[in-house]
Amino acid sequence: MNAFAEAFVWIGDPAHWSGPDGIPTRLAEHLGYTGLTVLIAVLIAVTLGLYIGHTGRFRGVSIGATSALRALPTLGLLTFLAIAFGFGIRLALIPTIIVLVVLAIPPLLAGAYSGIESVDPRTVDAARSMGMTEWQILWKVEIPLALPLIIGGVRSAVLQVVATATVAAYISLGGLGRYIIDALPVRDYTKVLVGALLVTLLALVLEGILISIQRLTVPAGVRAIRTTPSLRRQRAYGRNASAASRAS
Amino acid sequence: MIRFDAVSKKFPDGTLAVADFSLTIPSRTTTVLVGSSGSGKTTLLRMINRMVDPTSGSISIDGDDISTLEPVKLRRRIGYVMQNSGLLPHRTVADNIATVPLLSGVKRAQARAEALTLMDTVGLDRALADRYPSQLSGGQQQRVGVARGLAIDPNILLMDEPFGAVDPLVRSELQQELVRIQKDLAKTIVFVTHDIDEAFLLGDQVVLLRTGGQIAQVGSPAEILADPADDFVNTFIGADRGRRALRIEEVSGRQVVVDGTGRLAGILNEGTHT
Repeated sequence: MNAFAEAFVWIGDPAHWSGPDGIPTRLAEHLGYTGLTVLIAVLIAVTLGLYIGHTGRFRGVSIGATSALRALPTLGLLTFLAIAFGFGIRLALIPTIIVLVVLAIPPLLAGAYSGIESVDPRTVDAARSMGMTEWQILWKVEIPLALPLIIGGVRSAVLQVVATATVAAYISLGGLGRYIIDALPVRDYTKVLVGALLVTLLALVLEGILISIQRLTVPAGVRAIRTTPSLRRQRAYGRNASAASRAS
Repeated sequence: MIRFDAVSKKFPDGTLAVADFSLTIPSRTTTVLVGSSGSGKTTLLRMINRMVDPTSGSISIDGDDISTLEPVKLRRRIGYVMQNSGLLPHRTVADNIATVPLLSGVKRAQARAEALTLMDTVGLDRALADRYPSQLSGGQQQRVGVARGLAIDPNILLMDEPFGAVDPLVRSELQQELVRIQKDLAKTIVFVTHDIDEAFLLGDQVVLLRTGGQIAQVGSPAEILADPADDFVNTFIGADRGRRALRIEEVSGRQVVVDGTGRLAGILNEGTHT
């Protein structure tokens, strides 16, 4: 417990709350990398996931590619990118963000397409029969109903990126990883622990915020089912009954 | 008037759902497509709003070949009611009913007012307007489905086993309601069911289908009952089991009607029918 106590004393020291190596600066840098990464990854992966979920195309390929991405070692990829590109060291932000985006894509993609796939196909069929265009089906039916799962993907992406953004410090950038990378060679384990604790704390706070957002995005009509057990049973019965007599 | 002209549909998996089907569906009447599973009745229905496109043959509405019409536009002028009501779970009853009018650019306030009027039409309490579908009973959901189908005041209303998933009591209530609505609105209704009693109750024209969309017989319920085309029709309408052959017997001074198996079918009322 002594190490923890020292770490908290370190964090509590006002001297560590200002300057370029102060906690606010490192925290802001860390959040900056995370935000930029998640923004880029959402643009790529959620778009792709919505497309896959809506059309059902490239599903197998994307699952395969996603698993492959998951298997890439982050630190290895970062080192490779930094060295392979001429600008890798000079513009360290580029390889860092690439590596983190690669990490964030799988959960985002999975959340988006499984979210769309979770929408009852009969609801989509009804929407189409009424004369909704494919865009309207996507925006007015599928996305609202898939939103909790899409946000779920964002949640796990954010969590992974926050935890892994410490690698930015490995190639000369800032962020909370700085504390760990700088302190390790000089065996300042208190500072290493400070870095780890702050990252953990940040991850927990972000997780809490995203869980709340996820809850809020459950559509009211869907929430009504979840909170009314008797109705849920009734619906389950209706589904079975209709499944039995559908075959026409 | 809807015309099927030598329509066939072969699905990518090789199933021939409908083969060489021709039929004229007159306007402002109810035509019921009735058949068992695999008779292609739902496929036929879904061809009318281009949810399914035929492999060959053509379908026209009032003389216009629908393959030349844009599917989305076509669907917006045809009402569609499906078995599980197909309501959008994240929208309220009123918003569900107003879906298509809102898509077509009707103002919100007006769309809502019209939705409330339609709730009256289908016998739904206006107090339910702001509920969600999951908070309604199966019968109520189905009424919302019918109201939504009527929302754009379409000439054509397609109904795909709309009362299949509700209990018998509610079903008969909904059937009566539909008969009443149709009397007032006189839409061209195409109704799909596997229930021959429902077909005879609702249909001005009944189309009996065998496997693969082959027409076994077309006619009014009376024509089919009076003169079943063949054994298949006989079996389907229950004539072979004596269900349709009613006779009168006298029981304790009253005349009762029994069917061919001796089962009591009802009591004969004296004088005019009610």
